[in-house]
Amino acid sequence: MTLNRDILITEVALRDGSHAVGHQFTVEQVTQVARGLDEANVPFIEVTHGDGLGGSSLQYGLSLTNELELIEAAAASVTNSKIAVLLLPGIGTMPELKEAARLGAKMARIATHVTEADVSPQHIALAKDLGMETVGFLMMSHMAPAEKLIEQAKLMESYGADTVYVVDSAGALLPHEVTERIHELKNSLSVNIGFHGHNNLSLAMGNTLAAIEAGATRIDGSIRCLGAGAGNTQTEVLVAVLDRLGIKTGIDIYKMMDIAENLVAPILQKPQEITKDSLVLGYAGVYSSFLLHAQRAAAKFGIDSRDILIELGKRNVVGGQEDMIIDVAAEISKRTLGASV
Amino acid sequence: MTKVKVAVLGSGNIGTDLMLKLHRSKVLELTTVIGIDPESDGLKKARELGYQTINNGIKEFLERPELADIVFDATSARAHVRHARLLKEAGKQVLDLTPAAVGPFVVPPVNISEHLDSNNINLITCGGQATIPMVHAINSVQPVEYAEIVATISSKSAGPGTRANIDEFTQTTSRGIEKIGGAKKGKAIIILNPAEPPILMRDTVHVLVNGEKVYEEKIIASIKEMERQVQSYVPGYRLRQEPIFDGNKVTVFLEVEGAGDYLPKYSGNLDIMTAAAVKVAEEWAKNKISKVIV
Repeated sequence: MTLNRDILITEVALRDGSHAVGHQFTVEQVTQVARGLDEANVPFIEVTHGDGLGGSSLQYGLSLTNELELIEAAAASVTNSKIAVLLLPGIGTMPELKEAARLGAKMARIATHVTEADVSPQHIALAKDLGMETVGFLMMSHMAPAEKLIEQAKLMESYGADTVYVVDSAGALLPHEVTERIHELKNSLSVNIGFHGHNNLSLAMGNTLAAIEAGATRIDGSIRCLGAGAGNTQTEVLVAVLDRLGIKTGIDIYKMMDIAENLVAPILQKPQEITKDSLVLGYAGVYSSFLLHAQRAAAKFGIDSRDILIELGKRNVVGGQEDMIIDVAAEISKRTLGASV
Repeated sequence: MTKVKVAVLGSGNIGTDLMLKLHRSKVLELTTVIGIDPESDGLKKARELGYQTINNGIKEFLERPELADIVFDATSARAHVRHARLLKEAGKQVLDLTPAAVGPFVVPPVNISEHLDSNNINLITCGGQATIPMVHAINSVQPVEYAEIVATISSKSAGPGTRANIDEFTQTTSRGIEKIGGAKKGKAIIILNPAEPPILMRDTVHVLVNGEKVYEEKIIASIKEMERQVQSYVPGYRLRQEPIFDGNKVTVFLEVEGAGDYLPKYSGNLDIMTAAAVKVAEEWAKNKISKVIV
């Protein structure tokens, strides 16, 4: 079926949402959600460990189910939707990408910190060779000025990325900052521009609309906000809002609402809302997947999780440095104990 | 004391840092630095320090084999494959600082004694040199089922070679964790952090041990003993805090500050490679000298 779409949406709940459920997705959950999203005409569905291929680890959390089984199950559940996988060079490797492609993944999203695009050429080239659609994913985009972002986006374009995303991993960008970044990328690149938001400051929808207005045509959402931190732009809401704006996504709004209500809500251990910790993620500019790790560390050391997150923000910690959470928590607790003696 | 003659192949950052470290060695006598660009900073420094310099690569060195018995190769993996063959034919002992992995993996405090007569050894990766000693230290108390290391280095200390071949780092380090560290299964993660001023190299080692009981005290003692052994050749190597125990999981937090010879202090990841290479060469030299005396 060919659909007329102005914006192509990638549903990330089965990848970004992995963080929110401690990487405990089952084959059954993934199969049901992927089948529903396919029926609702969602063009791309991302399925991987929250930290991408090879992310199952003590550092980030072990997957309950091997992600390759989840990818295979999702690929087998869809007819029109395409399955996307995320890969962070330094965590995932090329053999894992080959395996994902063999199991039916059609899109590779290669993610680096916003200043480190030059670790991605081999992975983007391999994805191309495998016949996959390629996306360069510049994480923690709030940490670099627009000029730097453009320089790095151009690198990804030169490696063969079909699309380059501004990824607001910390949910820290403000709407005018999104507008500026997307606008300048649009002027400097000839490939598609995408935006991935997080709702930590309740700006995911606003930022997404700003991105679309500035020229982004690839947008990420997570159904029922099933994503790290306070979740992403809520897909079913986004589809409805875009419909009101006369922007075609080709996605069935009613079916999305049903999936959100009947399939995704029961997966969430608690409803997604902006708690004090997720608010601090956006406020301090910290990687959204640190949320649960910081809460666990705070409980272990008897300190306030917000203090950990604020300190991590001050130290300019980047995505993937989850080991810093325990390290910083131990330091804070030592300082607190020292002060009370 | 008799010294053993050595040469450095490659006049980039690593080669130049090696040169400054070798300048201090009591058992190694650096004679020659081999490069391809006479204007490179490394070859200029070598001339200033009074070393012989060769400007056209390995060929001229092979014509004057008396210049050195031990050669440090700090070029590239591709070049090393060729160098390894030529130097083997010339009867030289070679330390490979590239990811070529032609020879066996060596981490000095773990397995140097098994490779005193090897003609080519490989130093794995910076992350491997920093973390494998700790995996081994834990494994020598209690069997390690799984070891995972996370190396975070400053963006400035990751050169274009490392960046373009980042899978090589994770794959080679994982193999080293298993083969040399003794873990049943190994995994490695590398993260580049662009913060300014640049951060010191940090390494976190997460280990799952096997057994009903976790021998915390023995493991801590073994880790601290290993810290001292590594410090004997990398003075800036240290635990950032006490190891953390959680069920059968042990987490060790490390930091590596470079000696600041040629490379800046934050690039402990490069320093630990050059320091380990010099350490291995010194052990080789002592072994050669003792054989001559006996």
